[in-house]
Amino acid sequence: MMKENRLKFTIIAILIGLVIGAIILLAVGYNPLEAYGIMIAGVFGSPKYISWTIIKSTPLILTGISVAFAFKTGLFNIGAEGQFIIGALVATLAGYFLHLPPVLHAIVALLLACLAAALWGGFAGFLKSKFGVNEVITTIMLNWIAFYLSNFLVYWDKFKRPNSEASQKILSSASIAFPKEFGSSLGSFFNAPVNFGFIIAILVAFLIKYVLNDTTLGYELRAVGFNKDAAEYGGINVKKNTITAMMIAGAISGLAGAVHVLGVTNEISILSAMEGNGFDGMAVSLIGGNSPIGCIFAGLLFGALKYGGYKIQPIMGAPSEIINIVIGIIVFFIAMPKMIEGLTTIRSRRKRGGEVERSK
Amino acid sequence: MNNIDFSTKVIEMKGITKKFGDFVANDNIDLTVHKGEIHALLGENGAGKTTLMNVLYGLYLPTEGEIFINSEKVQITNPNIAIEKGIGMVHQHFMLVDKFTVVENIILGKETTVKKGNWNTGHLDIKRATKEVEELSRKYGLYVDPNAKIEDITVGMQQRVEILKALYRGADILILDEPTAVLTPQEIEELIQIMKSLTGQGKTIIIITHKLREIKQAADYCTIIRRGKKIDTVKVSDVSEKDLAEKMVGRQVNFVVDKKDIEKGEVVLNIDNIVIKDNRDLNAVDGLSLELHKGEILGIAGVDGNGQSELIEGLTGLRPVESGKIILNGEDITNKTPKYIIERGISTIPEDRQRRGLVMDFSMAENFILEKYHKEPFSHGNKLNHDEIRKHAKELIDKFDVRPRNEDQLAKALSGGNQQKVIIAREVTNDPDVLIAAQPTRGLDVGAIEFVHKSLVEQRDRGKAVLLISFELDEIMNLSDRIAVIFDGKIVAILDANKADEKTLGYLMAGGGVDDERKQA
Repeated sequence: MMKENRLKFTIIAILIGLVIGAIILLAVGYNPLEAYGIMIAGVFGSPKYISWTIIKSTPLILTGISVAFAFKTGLFNIGAEGQFIIGALVATLAGYFLHLPPVLHAIVALLLACLAAALWGGFAGFLKSKFGVNEVITTIMLNWIAFYLSNFLVYWDKFKRPNSEASQKILSSASIAFPKEFGSSLGSFFNAPVNFGFIIAILVAFLIKYVLNDTTLGYELRAVGFNKDAAEYGGINVKKNTITAMMIAGAISGLAGAVHVLGVTNEISILSAMEGNGFDGMAVSLIGGNSPIGCIFAGLLFGALKYGGYKIQPIMGAPSEIINIVIGIIVFFIAMPKMIEGLTTIRSRRKRGGEVERSK
Repeated sequence: MNNIDFSTKVIEMKGITKKFGDFVANDNIDLTVHKGEIHALLGENGAGKTTLMNVLYGLYLPTEGEIFINSEKVQITNPNIAIEKGIGMVHQHFMLVDKFTVVENIILGKETTVKKGNWNTGHLDIKRATKEVEELSRKYGLYVDPNAKIEDITVGMQQRVEILKALYRGADILILDEPTAVLTPQEIEELIQIMKSLTGQGKTIIIITHKLREIKQAADYCTIIRRGKKIDTVKVSDVSEKDLAEKMVGRQVNFVVDKKDIEKGEVVLNIDNIVIKDNRDLNAVDGLSLELHKGEILGIAGVDGNGQSELIEGLTGLRPVESGKIILNGEDITNKTPKYIIERGISTIPEDRQRRGLVMDFSMAENFILEKYHKEPFSHGNKLNHDEIRKHAKELIDKFDVRPRNEDQLAKALSGGNQQKVIIAREVTNDPDVLIAAQPTRGLDVGAIEFVHKSLVEQRDRGKAVLLISFELDEIMNLSDRIAVIFDGKIVAILDANKADEKTLGYLMAGGGVDDERKQA
């Protein structure tokens, strides 16, 4: 019943977000129906658009799972952004400097990226369990360290691609893009950099669900997450679990960065600002009800809103920032289920209030 | 009793119904209280007594019903109106500012200021306030040092401050919510005297309680509430404690704990001169020694805050032991991990079941395996075996009569009594050599208390050792074979239960014995 409610509230929150977005569009003089029409066409209008939506969603699904997983274990992983950057950086380094046969090269690059990001996240867990430093603070700091570390390394002359603001491209043996031969039979779906990332993300979602619900590790992690005092009393090592949880969360975000590089960009650029893949993961996790499977759908929704939303500017001149407002409002309302509950039960409450009035 | 003015109904609540959604907390309750009366509201936890008083105090609006104060119909929509009508409420948890003095606390929100003509200077007039407070305390026999800081005075004194606070605001009707829960036997005695002196001077008192003996001692009339309904209002002198209990739970209650006579066995747990620090880095347990034998219930009597919590946490590996030794079955288990200690044979019914005892967002089935999830048959390798976990849960739910009979129910959806059953079921199935029961019946109703007591005695009869830590002296005296009194982090006396009486224990619990020793030394 709670699950049904959550789904209901999520859908209501999305609708409220769209309605308020429409009101804002109207207020600034654009036809909201036309704008939303463009968005829908922009996502579903052609197989190519659909594949782009999926590609854009993939890293968000993974960072969403990372945040959701940490949340289930009682931790706020604000560091998905930095872990994403570390994953992308290490995947690029491995993709460029290592020379391995295809498939193996990609797997090694993915694993190295996961490992590096796991250590990156795990460090925040270590600081928390050893010195009691709040992970919110450490992960935010580690985001900036990752950001500047990445930029620093891209400037390294052996790694920087001459005459560009980016690194060298990964070797084709490290790519996780679908082979080109695939494409011809399926039309324009493959006119986008379709890759194995989405499949990996779905596998990870189910793997994390399995780990959380069906393993002793998951039992420990959830026990610590829900009530660390009771977990401690039951003989569970809370400190060890905090580190483990942050390592796993880091690995998932790192994987997000890695699939983005190995599947789509093939390189990392000099960043002038954080791209937000990790921060968006927090919103995805929230919309997905902090469940790994929920993150798949929330990530797709998020990706679709962003990808479709950016098309309203070139076509009708409406500011695409509207879409960020819509997303913000959705998150806002999901974070306040009580308020939605209040809105939906306002009538029955009025009735009850009426009884009180009468009794006076 | 002779103070009661039957011609004046100070409170009349008629047909009070309070619903929270579909839940009916109060169902058509009538309550009449006369001037000068001590009226007890008796009921199990969750029966609706506090809800009814919160309605009277303006914290809740009734769904239906009428309230009359001094025969005048009133709308009490918030506590300010209640205070204006002369109602004062002392909550179970005191609402005092620790760093303020007694006077500062009493005048809080109704500060006395220096006035120049019609102009309020805003300057606090502590002198005048102190005088007023002193007058009040003399008038009603509520002696407190007006200049002492709250953090420096005892809980009993703090309660007096709360009562004075209400009187200072002109309360004629005092509502006391579970006033004796935190007091020593002597302090309870004093409180009863204070209540009688207050009613002697025309005040009216309503006490919310589930302690029958205090009702017998203090109250004139008693209204019994069961599951939101008023069962009866009785004249206390006409009924026995047993009658009251039966009306409260709706069935026969067995007060006496059946205990076989058994010989206590060898020592299983030897606590030798241990020191444990509290969160403020002070020695909360300060050189405590104790021997626990097989086949006995050893009760630790003491007022809250004398090192009981730290002792439990030290014994279970949750808090470091600074010095001294804990020997279990000949093995030194001092400062081992909680897991190690559980596996060596110490199980605990923790003091705070919602914080330590249960993962509230876990199902019952998941809570049952909190200490054994990593063992066969509940898991194999790293994989949980949901079928076995479920089977185990079903067995325990049957055996311990946990309700509802649904192993998927989240712990937070269970009543307090059933939560405690889940914990006891889990701990007893560990088959421990030592069972530590910390406040095992706190907040439970009579039926659940019976069950808990039976379970503890069962462990003892099977030759296990039980260490019972409780602030309820009755519980300690009813269950224990031996009673150890803890004061200031030390065991100050160990008595045979059949030789201990309440007066001696109360005296020792308040540090009486220690002072004597000091005087002698």
